[in-house]
Parts: sequence; structure tokens; C-alpha cells
Amino acid sequence: MINRLLHHLIKHVDSFLMTCLLFTLLIGLFVLYSASGQDIERVYAQSINIAVALSCLWMVANITPYQLERFAPYLYILSILLLIGVALFGTISHGARRWLNIGIAQIQPSEIMRIAMPMMLAWYFSKCEGKPKVGHFAFGGLLLAIPVALIMKQPDLGTALLIMASGFYILFLAGLNWKFLLGGGTLLAALTPVFWFMLHDYQRKRIEILLDPTQDPLGAGYHTIQAIIAIGSGGAAGKGWLNGTQAQLDFLPERTTDFIFAVFSEEFGFLGNLLLLTFFSLIIMRGLTIASQAKGTFSRLLAGSITLTFFTYAFVNMGMVSGILPVVGVPLPLISYGGTSMVTLCLSFGILMSIQTHKKLVAT
Amino acid sequence: MGTEFKNDLHEQHYFRLRLGFSGLVVLALFTLLAFRFAYLQVKQYNHYQTLAESNRISLVPILPNRGLILDKNGVVLAHNFYVYALEITPAKVKDLEATIAEVSQLVEISTSDRKRFNKFRQQSRNFESIPIRTHLNEIEAAKFAVNHYRFPGVEIKSRLFRHYPLGRLGSHMVGYIGRINDKDLINLEKSGDISNYKGSDHIGKSGLEQFYEHRLHGTTGFQQVEIDADGYAVRVLSSNPPIAGDNLILSADSKLQAIAETAFGDRRGALVAINPKTGAVLSYVSQPTFDPNLFVDGIDTENWQLLNESLDKPLVNRPLRGIYPPGSTFKPFVALAGLETGKRTPPFAIHDAGFFTLPGSSHRYRDWKPGGHGIVDMQRAITISCDTFFYGLAMELGIEKLTSFVRHFGFGRKSGLDIKGEIEGLLPTPEWKMRRYKQPWYPGETVIVGIGQGYTLVTPLQLAQATAILANNGVAMKPHLVAQIQNPLTGKSLTSPAIVQDKVKLNSDNIEIVKRGMIDVTLPGGTAASVGANAGYSIAAKTGTAQVIGIKQNAKYDEHSINERHRDHALFIAYAPAEDPKIALAVIVENGGHGGSAAGPIARKVMDYYLLGKLPPVEAIKTDIITPANATGSISTTIPAVVPEEEFHD
Repeated sequence: MINRLLHHLIKHVDSFLMTCLLFTLLIGLFVLYSASGQDIERVYAQSINIAVALSCLWMVANITPYQLERFAPYLYILSILLLIGVALFGTISHGARRWLNIGIAQIQPSEIMRIAMPMMLAWYFSKCEGKPKVGHFAFGGLLLAIPVALIMKQPDLGTALLIMASGFYILFLAGLNWKFLLGGGTLLAALTPVFWFMLHDYQRKRIEILLDPTQDPLGAGYHTIQAIIAIGSGGAAGKGWLNGTQAQLDFLPERTTDFIFAVFSEEFGFLGNLLLLTFFSLIIMRGLTIASQAKGTFSRLLAGSITLTFFTYAFVNMGMVSGILPVVGVPLPLISYGGTSMVTLCLSFGILMSIQTHKKLVAT
Repeated sequence: MGTEFKNDLHEQHYFRLRLGFSGLVVLALFTLLAFRFAYLQVKQYNHYQTLAESNRISLVPILPNRGLILDKNGVVLAHNFYVYALEITPAKVKDLEATIAEVSQLVEISTSDRKRFNKFRQQSRNFESIPIRTHLNEIEAAKFAVNHYRFPGVEIKSRLFRHYPLGRLGSHMVGYIGRINDKDLINLEKSGDISNYKGSDHIGKSGLEQFYEHRLHGTTGFQQVEIDADGYAVRVLSSNPPIAGDNLILSADSKLQAIAETAFGDRRGALVAINPKTGAVLSYVSQPTFDPNLFVDGIDTENWQLLNESLDKPLVNRPLRGIYPPGSTFKPFVALAGLETGKRTPPFAIHDAGFFTLPGSSHRYRDWKPGGHGIVDMQRAITISCDTFFYGLAMELGIEKLTSFVRHFGFGRKSGLDIKGEIEGLLPTPEWKMRRYKQPWYPGETVIVGIGQGYTLVTPLQLAQATAILANNGVAMKPHLVAQIQNPLTGKSLTSPAIVQDKVKLNSDNIEIVKRGMIDVTLPGGTAASVGANAGYSIAAKTGTAQVIGIKQNAKYDEHSINERHRDHALFIAYAPAEDPKIALAVIVENGGHGGSAAGPIARKVMDYYLLGKLPPVEAIKTDIITPANATGSISTTIPAVVPEEEFHD
């Protein structure tokens, strides 16, 4: 009886993926305890975030991909409207207009768009008759460009780039011609100066300082330099949990959120980094497997995009903290402190599990 | 249905190709990250490890106590005490003006405080703590402490301040310290002492404070503390206590110094007294003096202008840097040259008609006494200061022989006193004149060197040293102000050794003649008979008068018709007791007129106290009637022939 109930509860949960997620989340809690200056309250708060996020995951996993597919365009339109709402009535904090007060709570529509964007494009390409043509990709590009432009305007460069990436993965997996890819790449390179001109001063500065952090060691380059010192001084085996001097003595900025990887790296060293990379790789491998086995265009494209987007988050965050990518304000998935991004992330994993566990139903 | 299924299979195949490609990209990028980590954490580990350590550990300097300066009896001339100072770190303050305005409501901040603050600010870096007010009293300190939280970046610091309790007394000898400036920093870097000055704000700028800087400063201690990113100390890891600087004990006596300085009254001049047997400087006077306490915190503009622009030039260290024609005080040395070279032998005498002429010239080199002194031999020539006698002697000696002989008495070269900035004075030679003026040497110029005029220039220190060498029968002892350097912890002192600098080989008969002549100077009939009257010990001396402006042929020098600053300088050299010299000195009173009457009494008071412990009678010092200095008078001829004061680092 209990066994059957349990079976019913977890039948839409992918156990391999779930195990990897739980391990990574656990590592995250330990790092957070250290990064927050041994603040157990922070760990409790994050545990609640995780619990909420996992509940969301479970709920989404129990929804069929078919239902998700039907829901996709409405979610997209709602998200666009909310983004316009932010642009018009959003509240400003830290120089950016990202939040919208909807009466009961403050919400961040760009977070919803992270899910809505790939769902919308996957839905759109699943509706195409036969092999998608140039026109389809052009329209898909437009669907992608609107929210990206709105988010970039907030400004939230990190989220905009990642949403752009998630949309681009759909276009790529849907079979966007290599010629276009190369052509687009060339065009992008040509447009870089224009793009550069459009960036805010602080964003430009971040890129300039990425190229040479010593340019401004006490200002904008401080974050990167201190993070690199933390990582480098961690050595092969790390300084040990709670023993990272860079982290414990406040040299690391944003060390529970965007720069938490530096804390992890300082305390657990190169071996710890390899372990974390391994967990991330397992999650990505599992995601790609789910995508390759998925039935139907929508599921396939969505699973592929979700997985590659997860990879992008991880890569961009670790890349920026270790100084090979600009500081764009992207949290480390599953590790960084924060409720909203945790929920969004788990929703996307819920979708992956839904796709994986409902494929027999679709097939029959 | 079948084609759709086939299409789907085709699509899935195509999708998997793309997915596989993506997987490879993922793998490649993660591998890139892994290499990045390996580079940072394995290859560059040591580099970043060092950086992290230096981030975390900070060395906090602990200042040593600066050594004291004491006179020979232990009277404090320079010491330190703790005072509260209000300091601002500009980098930590958002609105500096507003903050200062608010702070000034709690603690009085004057305009000169502000000016000084602004001056320091230009000289220091933004993150350095700069004093805005010093010497806060307890109430002010408490008042600010209560409100401290309102002023981030403003702090009360307890600082060691240098204080000179005797103020103006002997300030040219003691010197002063001041804030370290860029030039000092460069010098400290060059000498490699910069690390010992971490945390030090002050450094010796003049006098003994400058010369003995390396002994007085002490060794800075360090505390190794673990700090957080804001620079706050979390805990102390190790501590290295500072070592206090050494104390200086002078050979001078502050009481003697006071007597000497008071004896000058408000006249300008210098006095140097030396123990001829050891070279120990017993008194070192430069008049007027200044208050060195003004310089410790950085002098304000008004006081600086007062001191710097005063016609009396109080900042000039006259014994060391004031150059004067020696006048007749040069004669004993010329006399010795004549005797030692054999140009003159004791029975030799001249008939002085009141002037000297060079063969084939009608130009008359006049004696100070119109009509002349009659029959004059060597000993008498000194006693009565006969110019004519020395004109002829100089002529016969020739300039080269004359200068090369007197050089042994320290003229024309540095004495090596333990204060920086000494100048050499000038013993002219034909080569020098050719270099300087591109002109040949004229015989007439040799003639006037014989009486200490012409190009010859000496410092009061040189004159005193020459007198000491003469008193010590030709043995030159290196002059020094510091008698002992004392370690404040062990109490052990290092006594400055008596160093023989030079030995002039002198025939004892010859020196006896010169000394006899000098003793007679203070006896009835001598030029300074009044100085020797009722002394109770014998004094050997020589008076001198140095012309400030040239007097035309046949014109008469009238003391009263002439601008006070154009009057002759009064010079006086002496040693006593004549049979066993314990003190040798030189006195110069600028524009004082005659040496015997203006400078002699000062020397007498110094010798009386030094030899007999006799205090001068309490009397207002009678000064010549001095009309207010005519500031519009041509300044170029207004010699104190002094070289502009600079800082010296030789």
C-alpha cells in the first residue's frame, strides 16, 4: 500500500537526474554555510527555497508534455505583457528596472521568460509542417528578439544573454542551416561595435576589465582579481571547508550569490572543482539523453534547450568567476543563494522529467 | 501516418546529430574550464597563495620613541610627549568640507589649522591620515569621542609629539623635526631606510635632529595582524616591539648657552666655543634664534614669512653658514706663517708710518691708526693689531704660501662638525680667482689678505676652530657637539672620541711669540684691554673688525653717519686660561663695530662662567643705539654674507 503510494509519488521523477541534483544541492548548502560566514539562518532560508523549488519540480514533472505544449503560447504572451509592464511600471532597484509589483507580491517577469521562451519556440517549431524553412527561423528569431530586447533594456545583460542562448539552442536543434549560423556569426562580429555602442557604461567597463582586471584593481576589477586569488590560492586540495581566507575575511564580493564558486574553489581546491564539474556533466549528459530519447518535436527541442541552457549558466558563471568571461551577473545553478532562480531552474528540470517519464504515454 | 512516422525518424536522426555536436561543445568548454582551474590552482598556486597571504596579513608599524637630546648636565633640550590629534583620512570621507565644518562645531579648528591641513593634503596621498587639529585638550577629545560615530574617516589619535622645552635656546644647534616630505621619501628610499619609516610622519630637518636622525629615530616595531577587506584588524598574529632611539648628550651646557645668547641682546651674530683639547663644542650660538616648536607640526604661513623674510635672517645657521671676512683675527695665523716660513724672525721690526705702499705704486694701504704705530715687532704687531706690519708680511709671503699655511688651521675647508650644511668659506688663490673671475691675481690683493680682508671669508665655526688649534699648539681636534650617545634601555653610552684631525708642525718658540702677543691684547695697552680687566685668569685674544662696505681712499669711516647694517662686523677670538687653554672661542657681532668693545664682552661672560662658574652681573645689555633698519637700503651690500638656507644631505 505504502509502496504503491510511494511509487505513485515518484513515478514521474527521474531518479538518476534527481540523485545528481540532490547531491549538487547538498554541496551548495555546505558552501553557503561557509560563504555566509557560518550563518545557519541563511542555510535554513535556502533549504526552504530548495523545498519550494523541488515541489514545483514535482508538480511540473506530473504535467504531461502535451499539456505544457498547449500552455506554451499563453505563457509566452503573458510573459511579454509582464515585461512590458516592467518597462512601464516596474520598480527600480540598484539602477535596474526588473521587478513588477502585482499587488500580492513582487515578481521578476524575466525569470518567467526563461521558461516561457524555449517553450514558445519549441511549440512554434512543432507546429511547422515538415522541415522548417528560412521564414520559420526568421519568425522564431523575432519571437526571441522581442523579450531579449525588453530584458536588455531593464538592463539585465546576464538574463538577456541566457534567454537568447536558450532560444538560439531551439533554433539550432530545429535545424537552422549551418550557412546561417556561420553568416549570423560573421554578422554578429560585424555588429559588435554597434552592440558595444548600445551597452551601458558599466557593462562596457566590465568587458574592458575582463580583458585586463588590473586596470582597476580597487574598483570594477576588484571582484575578478579577488575571485581569481581565491581560486588560485585554493590549490589542488583546497584550504578546507570554512578555512578559505579570501571568503572568510570578506575579500570576496557577492560571495553567497554570483561569486559563490570562488568560495567553493578556495576551500575545496582543484579536486573539488573537478567533482563539481563531474556532477554538472552528469546532469547535462542525462538531460541530453532525455532529449535524444524524447518523442515529438516539442519535447525534443525543449529538453535539448533546457539542458544546454543549464550548461550555459554553469559555464558562464564559472568562466566569469575564474576570469575567462566577463562579469555578467549570472548565478551558479543549484549552488548560488536565491529563491527565484532556484525555482525557475527546478521548473525546467521538472519539464525534463515530465518529458522523460511521460514518453510511454505519448507513444501509446 | 507512415510518412509522418518516417519523417519523424528522419527528424529525430537529424536532431540527434545536432545534439551530439552540442554535447561535444559542452565537453570542450568544460575541459577548457578544467584547464583554467588547473592553471590557476596547480601551476600558479604559489603566486596566488602569496597574494592571498598578503591580502590577509598586514604589518602594522609601531613607532619607536625618538631619542632625547640633553645638555651635558641632563637638561632636556628635546623630548616627546603624547598629545591627542584629530586626523582625517580624505579617502574615507565623502564630503570633506562638510565634515570639517561639522567637526569644527565640536572642536575648534582655526584658519591656520585649515591652511596647514590643506598644505599637508597636497603633499600626501588620499588614504593617509592627516592632522586637522593637534594638541586637543581632554575635554575636546572627550567631546569628539562621544560623537565619533557621526564622522567616519575622522579619528582621534594619540601621537608622540616632539617638544623643545627651552624653545629658542640653542635652536640652531638642536634643530627641529618636521613632517616627511617627498624629498625625504626619496632620500629614505635611496638609503634603504624607507621600511623603518613606515608609520613615521616626522624626520629631522636641521641641526642635530637631522645629523643624528639615524640614531634618534629608533627601530620601528611591527605587529603582524590578520585583517579583513576593510583593513580592520581581526587578531594579532605576532608582535615585534620597537626599539627606542638613542639619546644624545651634548658637550654644551644650556646655562652657558643662555648666558651667551643673552649677552648678544638683540644683536645679530654668532659664537662658537670649543674645548681645544678635545674638540667638544661648549657653546654654539646663532643670533637671532627661532622657536623650533613652530616647525614640528608644520609651520604656518604667517610665522614662516616672519622668520624667512626678516632682515635679521633668524633661520640662517650663522656659525656654520654665515661667512665673514676674518679681519684682524686673521693676523695671528699670518704671523705664524711668517715665523714658520722664516720670513720673519723675532728681532725684526718695522717703522710704521701709518701706511704701506707696494713698490712702484702710489696706492696707500692705510693702517687703522692714522700716523702709524712707530716701531713695531711681531709680538707688538699682534697686540696693537698693526696693519702695516701684516701688509708687508703678506706681500713677502705671497698668496700661495700664506693660504697653504693657514689652511692647516681649518680655514677654507669644512671642520666636520656634526651638523649638516657647513660651508667651506674661502681662502683665495690665483687659480681660484682665474676660475671665478677670469682675471689674474694682483699683488694688492695679497696685501689685504694679510689683515683678513679681500676675498678671504670664514665662518664663525672655522674661526673658533682655528683659535682652538692655535691654543692646542697646532693639534687640530675634530669639533663635535654630541659628547655621548646613550642607549635609553641599557643606559650605556658611547662617548664621542677625541679625534686628531690634523697636526700643524710648529716651532714652540714661534708659537710662543704669537701667544704672547695675544695675551698682551687683553692687558693694558692691548686692543681688548677692557676684556681682560679683573678676569682672574689670563686670556689670549685677538680683536677684529671686518668691513661691510668698502671705504674710499682718503674717506673717513664714521660710525655714526653710516647705516647700521653697513657698519663693520665686530670679531673676537680668544682662549683661556692662556697657559692651559680649556676654552677657545670666536664671537662675531654683525655690524657691531669694533671687536674689542662689541664682541669681547660677550666672550668674557662665556669664559667667566665656563672657567669660574661666575654669572654675569644682572644688567640690561647695553646695545648701540640702533636706528630702525632702513629696509630700503641696498640689500645687496647688507651682508650678513650668508648663503641661503637649504636642507643638506651630504
